[in-house]
Amino acid sequence: MDLFAAQILQIVYGISNLALISLGLAIIFGMMRVINLAHGEFLMLGGYTVVVATNAGVNVWLAMLVLAPLLVGVVGVLTERLLIRWLYGRMIDTLLATWGLSLFFIGLVTSIFGASTSTTISPPLGPVRIGEYQVSGYEMFLIGVTLALLLAVWLTLRFTKLGLVSRGAMQNAEMASALGVSTRRVYMITFGLGAAVTGLAGGLLAPMTGVLPTIGAVYIAKAFITVISGGAAILAGTASAATLLGGVNGVFTFLTGPTFGEVAMLLAAIVLLRLMPRGITGSIFRKSL
Amino acid sequence: MTTRRRFLAGASAAALATPALTGRAFAQDRIPFASILDLSGGLDIYGRPMADTTRLAIEDINAAGGLLGREVELILYDAQSSIQFYTQYATQAAAGDRAATVHGGITSASREAIRPTLARFETLYFYNVQYEGGVCDYNNFNTGSTPAQTVAKVVPHVMNKWGKKVYIVAADYNYGQITAQWMQKFVKDNGGETLAVEFFPLDVTNFGPTIQKIQQAKPDLVISALVGGAHVSFYRQYAAAGMKNEIPIASTTFGVGNEHKLISPEEGDGMICSYGYFEMVDNPRNAAFKARMQERYGADAPALNELAVRSYEGAMLWAEAVKAAGTTDRLPVIEALRAGLSYDGPSGTVTIDPQTHHASMNVYIGELENQDFRILESFENQPPADTQLVCDLNANPNQNVFKFENGLEAAGIEL
Repeated sequence: MDLFAAQILQIVYGISNLALISLGLAIIFGMMRVINLAHGEFLMLGGYTVVVATNAGVNVWLAMLVLAPLLVGVVGVLTERLLIRWLYGRMIDTLLATWGLSLFFIGLVTSIFGASTSTTISPPLGPVRIGEYQVSGYEMFLIGVTLALLLAVWLTLRFTKLGLVSRGAMQNAEMASALGVSTRRVYMITFGLGAAVTGLAGGLLAPMTGVLPTIGAVYIAKAFITVISGGAAILAGTASAATLLGGVNGVFTFLTGPTFGEVAMLLAAIVLLRLMPRGITGSIFRKSL
Repeated sequence: MTTRRRFLAGASAAALATPALTGRAFAQDRIPFASILDLSGGLDIYGRPMADTTRLAIEDINAAGGLLGREVELILYDAQSSIQFYTQYATQAAAGDRAATVHGGITSASREAIRPTLARFETLYFYNVQYEGGVCDYNNFNTGSTPAQTVAKVVPHVMNKWGKKVYIVAADYNYGQITAQWMQKFVKDNGGETLAVEFFPLDVTNFGPTIQKIQQAKPDLVISALVGGAHVSFYRQYAAAGMKNEIPIASTTFGVGNEHKLISPEEGDGMICSYGYFEMVDNPRNAAFKARMQERYGADAPALNELAVRSYEGAMLWAEAVKAAGTTDRLPVIEALRAGLSYDGPSGTVTIDPQTHHASMNVYIGELENQDFRILESFENQPPADTQLVCDLNANPNQNVFKFENGLEAAGIEL
């Protein structure tokens, strides 16, 4: 029984981990139809912000929850202003440009900090005991943060003026601008927010993973598969795809091993995209956010 | 040189690219020494310190008057963590630069990509990395430690300390698979029991399910052969689940990418590893070497590990052989190395074993303490006993094979 509870918690954590690393990408893709290949590097920058700030003596919570999203959000706004806005509607060009950006960030961070940077942070929360088993308290905290983030995005989209304007611009940009909405401004804010969410995710994962200039490559494939499997709806898409893929991965990892866990997850994504080429929210939950 | 090459070389590091661009012009009067390492991409945590020490070795050789009255020129290629570049640059180094020797390769996969190429071009090849053992190649010298030197020492050490039931986690490619077999063998030889073996693709970052499985299996200890930046997550998540103080970890890979600097002391302290070198090795040559690295690289000086130090010693072994042979020609240099050549380096005395073209070396067991390895035990002059079981280049020099390609049992070693 304890084992079962601990395993379920692990699977839930796997799901929320997937949702956490994908949400920023989903916001940018869902709203703007821009595929940001530098997403992994935005996560990496969030992680580096935390490592560098804590090495300089900043409190780890402040670094993770405030500095990381702030810095990466600013990087996101700059990226949109300097690069993305010249390429709207040119998906292939955006792909190439953001890929170049990802190489640039890897090179920049490597040349400033070297191939690896010493760190002294560890997860700021201790383990939680479930009967005979122990799980990481910090992982439980991350599940909570992911839920809170999803809720915050939902509230923003559903109840605020920014959310209304963004949804309008997303559904029909020309009509929205005819009604006096500055779609360019909306895009800039959206990209900045997506980047900030990504930076927050990177910062929160910093005490749990290795923080290296090249670590982005590890996340990007999984984030993409989740977003593409989810389809256009930001919240319903990310949540449903993360639940399905993370669940499959977790169950198969417990039953067989990590290699087959990964294989099963990728197979699930392939089958899903064969049956629903436009993702889960392209077929079901179509009107959702 | 094409524009593309020039761009790639320039993008990796302008300072490194310069000798590569000017290499051809000096080829006549300087001795070309090629090194192929990953200086960018995911494996640069291993490759960059190795390149730093190789550069220092060549500078030291030249400062001492060069070899045979000629200067040695380092031609450094960045394989960018991509196997395809390894084959390309090996061909370039052998056929284009006419390198007297090629040093390099980091993962076993990259070694197996360039070893046959260099054998075909008859270009002397050094692989200076700790690995799973089993290469039997007249043209190739493997100076890194192998499982009979390290795993065979650390397994009984930690089993005496912690208990007999072992859980193995390893990276899912040839190094991890074969090393996991060695671990199982040494656990069994020492009267222990392997409860489970799990393999992880190199991009896995969530180790939660495995950490639960380890709790369920209740081993006395965990032995890890995890590799690369993503796998660092295992140690952090293991500590975060409060497991580090319940079931301790030993590893055969942790630290050679300076991972011990990437996790905090609370997460790493107490982990036990075994290599042919630790930074805290106490001898005058190591003290001098560390001071030289500081002087040469200042604040950018990398933390030192077996891979980095053995790259320096590998270059020096080659230089000693050239001096002994009086030429840079391949066969006389190989003969000089095979004569049981040794070099007193920072790690101790490294001696070439003619039977296997591997090295006898000092082996150390270290315990991680506040992001440094404190040495618990040292063993002098350990032979590469694993490869000696399957390889005899004295009896048959015409070999160039990797005996453990299909695992240990296929090579006739009982598990």
